[in-house]
Amino acid sequence: METHAVRAEGLQKRYGEKRALDGFDLTVHRGTVHGLLGPNGAGKTTAVRALATLLKLDGGRAQVAGVDVGKDPRGVRAKIGLAGQYAAVDELLSGRQNLELFGRLFHLGGRRARLRADELLEQFDLVEAAAKSVGDYSGGMRRRLDLAASMILAPEVLFLDEPTTGLDPRGRGEVWEAVRALVDGGTTVLLTTQYLDEADKLASRITVIDQGRAIADDTPAELKNTVGGDRIEVVVAEDSDLVPALAVVARVCEGEPSVDRAERRIHAAVADRVAALTEVARTLQDQAVQVEDIGLRRPSLDDVFLTLTGHTTKDSEEPGEPAPSVREEVPA
Amino acid sequence: MSAHLTAERRPLTAERTPVDLSVDSGDERRLYWALADSLNVARRFLTHYRNKPSYILWQLGFPIISVLLYGYVFSGAMKAPGGEGGSDAYRDFLMAGMFVMTMAFGFMNTATGVVYDATKGVIDRFRSMPMAPSAVVTGRGLTDIIVACAELTILALTALAMGWRAHGSFGETVAGFALLVLLRFSLIWVGVWLGLLVPSPEAAGGLYAVVFPLTMVSSIFVPTSSMPGWLGTVAAWNPISSTGTAVRELFGNPVGADGSWIEQNALLMAVVWPLVVTAVFLPLAVRRFQKLSR
Repeated sequence: METHAVRAEGLQKRYGEKRALDGFDLTVHRGTVHGLLGPNGAGKTTAVRALATLLKLDGGRAQVAGVDVGKDPRGVRAKIGLAGQYAAVDELLSGRQNLELFGRLFHLGGRRARLRADELLEQFDLVEAAAKSVGDYSGGMRRRLDLAASMILAPEVLFLDEPTTGLDPRGRGEVWEAVRALVDGGTTVLLTTQYLDEADKLASRITVIDQGRAIADDTPAELKNTVGGDRIEVVVAEDSDLVPALAVVARVCEGEPSVDRAERRIHAAVADRVAALTEVARTLQDQAVQVEDIGLRRPSLDDVFLTLTGHTTKDSEEPGEPAPSVREEVPA
Repeated sequence: MSAHLTAERRPLTAERTPVDLSVDSGDERRLYWALADSLNVARRFLTHYRNKPSYILWQLGFPIISVLLYGYVFSGAMKAPGGEGGSDAYRDFLMAGMFVMTMAFGFMNTATGVVYDATKGVIDRFRSMPMAPSAVVTGRGLTDIIVACAELTILALTALAMGWRAHGSFGETVAGFALLVLLRFSLIWVGVWLGLLVPSPEAAGGLYAVVFPLTMVSSIFVPTSSMPGWLGTVAAWNPISSTGTAVRELFGNPVGADGSWIEQNALLMAVVWPLVVTAVFLPLAVRRFQKLSR
């Protein structure tokens, strides 16, 4: 059995002058959650749409669940589920009617479509809302229904394109739990996100994409190691404390400490974490600098992105791939 | 919710086994599945009306109000073509126009439905599924024809209640309604094309501003012979005028033909125009649909 759920080599996709995919490579192992991380316009959505047979590639080869995307798109479609940037469910139908409709369109026939809808409503905790019109669902419920609809044939590979964009924190939590449960059930998930904490929380492996190219591919932990060791973080109580505190941190850290003046926060990479923390805490106390918070933290994926690309996730936004205008849904 | 999330497809009760998910890939019986998929897409739209029956009345609001407005408020001042018969004759003239207008505006429903599905990712979902891609459009078209028939029934009953009558034979009356449905059929492809062209549902709503004058410059409300010369000619060559004139002839209602070629051949043109519109816009719509994968 093929051990790779997705295998893509040198994918090319051009829109006029813009190269949405520029030699993009990706390998996703079976039974894992793989995060595709990058800012708006990096090519995440283009990559997923191409792998899900929605876009024709200009170059490169891709296999999904062992089937060639270019040669047998229908074969691919029978083995994948796709939940795009919108909860692509019908608002004028109830949750159950949606699942039955998609079940019929997946050629389950009326009886099995009904039974499968029952199973999925249970699995995604939508039994109580089953008869309600989807127009009255919260954002999180809608996404769960969307996930359920993409899981009708229990596909081998599930593509989730920014599954929590536009959701409030509660909705995000609901979707995360649903995704984790799917993976425990054996589904391979390729997930795009521009939320770094999302990739960190869900994915066992992350591909960082920038300007249509994979610029890193590793575990979240290893990716963080590439930015160096742990960070020390000091928040002082008064603006006037920033200068002496900065001097103290600068003595123990590697490289330049960075300062967030608005939040009176200093952070810097350190080699020997415990020694550095002890030293900084003791010196600050000696100098009577008022500390609001002090601690060590692992580097975030924001730090990773900055190290890999030289720019933060925010300044690589381009007009080429517009951000989805997802409506904010707040659960009642 | 965490307590309810189950990792595996557990049976709901002890005696229920998981649903068998093996399906026909559709490779063998393509035509069968193309048809079955279309019917299921149509079932979706018809379920909208079952869930919210008031929708069809909302859609009919404008023609029904127009029937009442023109039929009662204006008909005293409006003269039927030829001038004889007074307000009743104008009402008879008007009703066929209302039927035509409802069919003509119908493509807005198609466009709105398509643009909604295109922008909300529903068409993408369909295209990522192992169903017949054509069913997305054919299912929509099938629904539009069914809805058009329902609309015509409701409008005809309203018209009958107001004293309108078809004076032609049964066959002629059926032929008249068939021409109306043919017009609606040809406009499905205009609607699909526009629906895939415009960027948002809001923009689709703006199409009314263009469509409304286009339907007014026709024989729907008044005979084209009553318009200034050049405008009358433009209006007479408006495809929906041909349907209007043909239907009036078949219903035995006042026609107001001015003896020009286009009006004398209204029956022929009421068939030719929709075929021309279909021949132009069906390929355009298909191309637009294929362009989605670029």
